[in-house]
Amino acid sequence: MNSLRSRVGWGLAGLAILVYTLLPVAWIVSLSFKQGDDINNKKFLPSHWSLDNYRTVFDTNLFTSALRNSIGISLIATTVSVILATVAAYAIARLQFRGKRLVLSAALAIAIFPTVALVGPLFDMWRSLGIYDTWIGLIIPYMSFTLPLSIWVLSAFFREIPWEMEQAAQVDGATPWQAFRKVIVPLAAPGVFTAAILTFFFAWNDFVFGISLTATNNARPVPAALAFFTGESFFQQPTAAISAASVIVTIPVIALVLIFQRRIVAGLTSGAVKG
Amino acid sequence: MAQIRLEHVTKDFGTGEPAVDDVNLGIEDGEFVILVGPSGSGKSTILRMIVGLEDITSGDVFIADQRVNDKAPRDRNLAMVFQNYALYPHLSVYENIAFPLRLHKLPDDEVRERVGRAADLLELGEFLDRKPAQLSGGQRQRVAMGRAIVREADAFLFDEPLSNLDAKLRGQVRTEISRLQNQLGITTVYVTHDQIEAMTLGDRVAVLRRGVLQQVDVPRELYEQPVNLFVAGFLGSPPMNFMPAGVENSTLHLPIGDIELTRELAGEVKGHDILIAGVRPEHFEDASMLDDARKAQGLTFEAHVDVIEWLGSEQYAYIPFEAPEEVRAPLQELAADLDMEQLRTQLVVNLDAESRVSEGENATLWLDPSRMHLFDPASGENLTHGSGTEARSLASA
Repeated sequence: MNSLRSRVGWGLAGLAILVYTLLPVAWIVSLSFKQGDDINNKKFLPSHWSLDNYRTVFDTNLFTSALRNSIGISLIATTVSVILATVAAYAIARLQFRGKRLVLSAALAIAIFPTVALVGPLFDMWRSLGIYDTWIGLIIPYMSFTLPLSIWVLSAFFREIPWEMEQAAQVDGATPWQAFRKVIVPLAAPGVFTAAILTFFFAWNDFVFGISLTATNNARPVPAALAFFTGESFFQQPTAAISAASVIVTIPVIALVLIFQRRIVAGLTSGAVKG
Repeated sequence: MAQIRLEHVTKDFGTGEPAVDDVNLGIEDGEFVILVGPSGSGKSTILRMIVGLEDITSGDVFIADQRVNDKAPRDRNLAMVFQNYALYPHLSVYENIAFPLRLHKLPDDEVRERVGRAADLLELGEFLDRKPAQLSGGQRQRVAMGRAIVREADAFLFDEPLSNLDAKLRGQVRTEISRLQNQLGITTVYVTHDQIEAMTLGDRVAVLRRGVLQQVDVPRELYEQPVNLFVAGFLGSPPMNFMPAGVENSTLHLPIGDIELTRELAGEVKGHDILIAGVRPEHFEDASMLDDARKAQGLTFEAHVDVIEWLGSEQYAYIPFEAPEEVRAPLQELAADLDMEQLRTQLVVNLDAESRVSEGENATLWLDPSRMHLFDPASGENLTHGSGTEARSLASA
């Protein structure tokens, strides 16, 4: 009796949470299928399911170039961040050097610095350097908050790996670089994926830098581009088009999480590192 | 196969006291040498200096007569088995064992042959496809050993390999290691804090305390002729009993009775007022079980028995006694060094299982004085060291 009641209770609670979290998403999806004035129909579901909005979105140069910008910038920022962070985190986890704590604290301090405050000076600097409205102009500020995050995640991960692993590899005949490559990197893979995903999210979702440091389609990422969507006429809100764009933009993120989630969970639960 | 030589090896971590202090040790080709001592004695540090994972502050390490101080671990051709096995979790057992061979870029069929041989030797054949996480502790340790032997290195180094195993498994793997070393005949250096492992496994045992080498000898000599208080108290379980011994001319005053010293012994202890007398538990007997002739050869005394532990094959009787301050201080220091609880001032006496001595009562016990050692309380030195058991004979009181 008790188990049935508790199971029903858990089921209801789970359902409530699902509804609470997914309702806005469902709303946006339904909006994206509504045609023209349908967004004012005061009903949850569209009266007429249509792919018009999706067609519109892909027709506009604004969105497709923004998509291209976002993918390129986020991937590059993530890759560079993770590679640099892996090397830095390994040094931090394994070596004793003066100022180690300073480096970590500085990294943390930089990461929590409000990005809005950086926008003004960066705008000026980038214009004089000539990298305003370029990919690199966005990649560099993104790394200011993705690097510290990756370093923290990865150094915690490296600390979990017992030092004896590399030592055993060295005694077996490996150079320190070989020991790192053949033994540590495979073991740190889950940490690297975690860091990569978190980094990618931050870069992908950024709005502040995207809108202040770009002027044309050259480098404008998707979140910023969405602000420039226009409707059919002055009086029509582009809500449906924006919804469609949002859905398209969210799909790769969800896909990434689903693909790499298993890797992360597997790495964390295998417990083989202590072997 | 190679001999290893340590000359005046010192390691200083900058904490004030050196971790390893001027150690000289020679290990012959094919010999099984054990480094034993309590935690913090520097034994692991010495091992790591031999293999190259730790820099040598001063002194030299020679492997096969070549000075290796500046060589990286991979150039020293040594194999090491770690305390926590250090197996590579992402590789199968086969790949774990093959790892050193792959680093040297050996062809696949040779890798297969050598891994197969190692696996046969250690009976790992059925586990070759599994990952370390799927193995038990003892199996993992065997994989670690397999990885070490597959390389045909000059010497094996073991760093407390049995510490992570439960007691029953420890005994089994200990025998495996012994058998393996006999079969392969490779120079082996083995570090442990367990004196039982030290005594049963080693050709020779080096006892370390706070980075200083106390004594290097075969287990029998270390047990029967310890060179100081520390070595005497470290080896043997239950440990040697230590009692205060007052010296008055040629008489030794023990809490349990008086003993006359021979002239040569009186000469050796001259100048000391109080000594520490050490007698192992097995050198006591229940006097009622001895014939008169035997009894006359030793010291018979009355004692109050506090506790009896009967084990079936033997029994231990615990006998408290009083100890003056000069003796208590070095004994406390000794207890701290041996990682023991404060040594209670009591005798542990190993009696025959048939003895009818009972708790809470007085018993008549007998002690063989020729087995007694006399230590200087200040320096811990064994003043009766070197005199063989046949040569010594202390007349009974």
